[in-house]
Amino acid sequence: MRKWMVCGGLCAALATSALAADKAPTPNLKDPYPSTYKAPSAPVTAIVGAAVFTGAGAYYPTATVVMAEGKILSVGPDVSPPAGAVVIDGKGKIVTPGIIDVHSHLGDYAVPSVNANDDGNEATSPNTAQVWAEHSVWPQDPAFVRALAGGVTVMQILPGSANLFGGRSVTIKNVWSRTVQGMKFPGAPYGLKMACGENPKRVYGRKGTSPATRMGNFAGYRNAWIQAQAYRDDWDKYEAKKSAPLGKGGTEPGKKEEENKPPKRDLQLETLAGALRGEILIHMHCYRGDEMAQVIDMAKEFGYHVTSFHHAVEAYKVGDLLAKEGICASMWADWWGFKMESLDGIEENIPLVHATGACAMIHSDDNVGNQRLNQDVARALAAGRRMGLDISDAEAWTWLTLNPAKALGIDAKTGSIASGKMADVVVWDRDPFSVYAKAEKVYVDGALAFDLHDPARQFRSDFELGYVGQERAP
Amino acid sequence: MKRLLVLLALFSTPALAEPVAIINATVHTMGRAGVLKNGTVIFDNGVITAAGAGPAPPAGARVIDAKGAIVTPGLMDSLTFLGLREVSGEDSTDDTTAAKAEFSAAFDVAYGLNPASAVIPVTRAHGITRAITAPVTSKTIFAGQAAAISLGEGASFWVRPGIGMFMSLDGTGARLAGGARGASWVYLRQAMDDLRFFQGNRKAFDRAEARATLLPRADLEALLPVLDGSMPLVVEAYRESDIRQVIAFAGAYKLRVILLGGAEAWKVAPELAKAGIPVIADPRDNLPTSFETLGASLDNVPRLQKAGVKVAIATLGGALDQRYRSLPQFAGIAVANGLPYDQALAAITRVPAEIWGMAERYGTLEKGKDADVVIWSGDPLEIASVPAAVFIRGTAQDLTSRQTQLRDRYRDVKNQPPAGYLPR
Repeated sequence: MRKWMVCGGLCAALATSALAADKAPTPNLKDPYPSTYKAPSAPVTAIVGAAVFTGAGAYYPTATVVMAEGKILSVGPDVSPPAGAVVIDGKGKIVTPGIIDVHSHLGDYAVPSVNANDDGNEATSPNTAQVWAEHSVWPQDPAFVRALAGGVTVMQILPGSANLFGGRSVTIKNVWSRTVQGMKFPGAPYGLKMACGENPKRVYGRKGTSPATRMGNFAGYRNAWIQAQAYRDDWDKYEAKKSAPLGKGGTEPGKKEEENKPPKRDLQLETLAGALRGEILIHMHCYRGDEMAQVIDMAKEFGYHVTSFHHAVEAYKVGDLLAKEGICASMWADWWGFKMESLDGIEENIPLVHATGACAMIHSDDNVGNQRLNQDVARALAAGRRMGLDISDAEAWTWLTLNPAKALGIDAKTGSIASGKMADVVVWDRDPFSVYAKAEKVYVDGALAFDLHDPARQFRSDFELGYVGQERAP
Repeated sequence: MKRLLVLLALFSTPALAEPVAIINATVHTMGRAGVLKNGTVIFDNGVITAAGAGPAPPAGARVIDAKGAIVTPGLMDSLTFLGLREVSGEDSTDDTTAAKAEFSAAFDVAYGLNPASAVIPVTRAHGITRAITAPVTSKTIFAGQAAAISLGEGASFWVRPGIGMFMSLDGTGARLAGGARGASWVYLRQAMDDLRFFQGNRKAFDRAEARATLLPRADLEALLPVLDGSMPLVVEAYRESDIRQVIAFAGAYKLRVILLGGAEAWKVAPELAKAGIPVIADPRDNLPTSFETLGASLDNVPRLQKAGVKVAIATLGGALDQRYRSLPQFAGIAVANGLPYDQALAAITRVPAEIWGMAERYGTLEKGKDADVVIWSGDPLEIASVPAAVFIRGTAQDLTSRQTQLRDRYRDVKNQPPAGYLPR
């Protein structure tokens, strides 16, 4: 459907010559770098007798999870393994959905952190909405498999935060692939990275250009939104004319139909217009609560929605606002004090935001932190309980799986253990909120992608071959 | 020596505290007595007077019934910037480095220590009572002199300047020396030759009749304690080949060397053990973040310990974000990867005390040691555990901080006073 809507008359013209169409397929303007990922074939697998956190707030002390054809077939205490299924003894184990890291730079700030791998910030202009993170992502970043060992099965890879508009993000499945397209999460919407506060004004202020202040930041955003609105309107007009019946498409009846030329494409405005339309989800790096409140007003001024504030160190100060506006907060458990806008970070941030009724989640922004996001949640949860917030482990699991899935627009497909969803599943050797816990088995779309006890299922990136002896675990 | 006097006057007035007896505790003494079930720890005037199975609390003591809770020595982080760096990104709040100074090894962080830093109470509330607070390289391969501190408030704050001479012999050191390892090592060897010459020709130096030296006089003075082994040389290095050079160098000059970082140290574990070189490591370190750390592995710390190397666990990778309070979690991560539990606890108590030459006063719960004592809510290495009480040099510590105040102000955000009314 989408293909026909996009290529319109052009496809029809090409269709007159099947041969020509074969030679020069029409580019897909909406999705020119499409995902080529398909769930690998895997046997029907049943994990029997484990405790299960569904990731959507429920908990089964003992249950069976069945995975077939890449999907969760069934979950529950009374489920029996189908005949012929590979049966995994889950006794004493904990099963959860794969962790979703809503803020990652794997591949665009790949290790080793040499100059050549510094591909995260196009810090050449405060507005680089035209860049796409996927064009920077190096699939051979050795950090991917380490994140997998930590149970991370999906991540959003973002551009850095030097710019007001950093560019498009990409959501990927954490699988080995020769190409980024082979990792891209099929059907996931794009994200737009924006940044508040200190970073943009520092980067450009030092260069003697705008923004050099927070007010400069806002002027920069607003000017760009004005242009994006005009661009969106031009395209809307063009599309309306194109689909209008002859004579009713913006020309006077009786007069000759005006030629309906498409507006000139502009990569930067295309992304911003997509964000205004709600097709591209806005993920905004924003530490301070008062700045979030200003951004909320700006979103109303231009008629768009912020999906999630990232880093959100002061989200606890405006949890009521976030809840009211339906904006998520993506947070660390305990990072603070590394710059002024992070000075007021507290361990209770995530549980406080959750208790206010807003959508709260953990995030890493870090290739070490992403290996133990479960432990970060354990830290935040414990801090919340110490101050008297009554939050169950099962609820806290939503901070790791379902809430980030919502923020990425993929919650209908993954983020919880429920029939019909992707079988992104982790088997932990003990309570994953314990410091001693390890992910024993990690399934992506029902296929065993990582096994703690089987070196054959701990893939190495191309980079590591020959450099690192096989005698040591990653 | 004048320096010492000033600092002692500022921070080291004797701790006056009532006698305390903690009873019914599971005491991890970290000493010869091991773990005591139903143990008692008694301290008075800042010093432990008894730790054992059944000493009776002295008359007039404040008796705390731990009800079986775990009691450990206060924890020690062997690499922090506590009291030196308030906000990492704001240079004006950062006394860890002095790029424009005329000297490097002489740089002494102790003068910049601020016991009123808000980072200290946040860290203390998680059971960390001692730390190394360190300089950062900026001018030469020598960063300068670190200090050991206690994290106590008021009179229970304590500092020992000149606890170690920090230097870089990794890629950073190579760049500072001119661009390559071949320069940093020649620079170091020349500096050592100068130092020996300086040591033997003090009078000639005073008369300005000595040959020129690579390092200025202030640096040579500062390095003399390294030459005689009274101050450890803390060498940052990661790559196996660099570590081998460090081992050879330490042997050749008979220096007391501590290896900092050591991502590939596991490859040289037997040699490090034989040379008696301890390692300060971050047990989470498992990424090839540079070509120096291609062999970084979660196995590093467990393998080193197994080979007989003394390992102190530090929050190296968390320092930028002030995550010193995660120290016990880092030790727990080492356990998850194969380090025996008692060794993990030792790596943040007794072992750092030994490495830094502080074992006479700190590191175990034994008679005569400073009373840095923590009563825990659970297993100290578990993430959900926090101290129920922290004593530093015998003084019960306030466990509130700027962060608990922020938390309490915003704990009921739905019922915040409207603008114009006073905050909670």
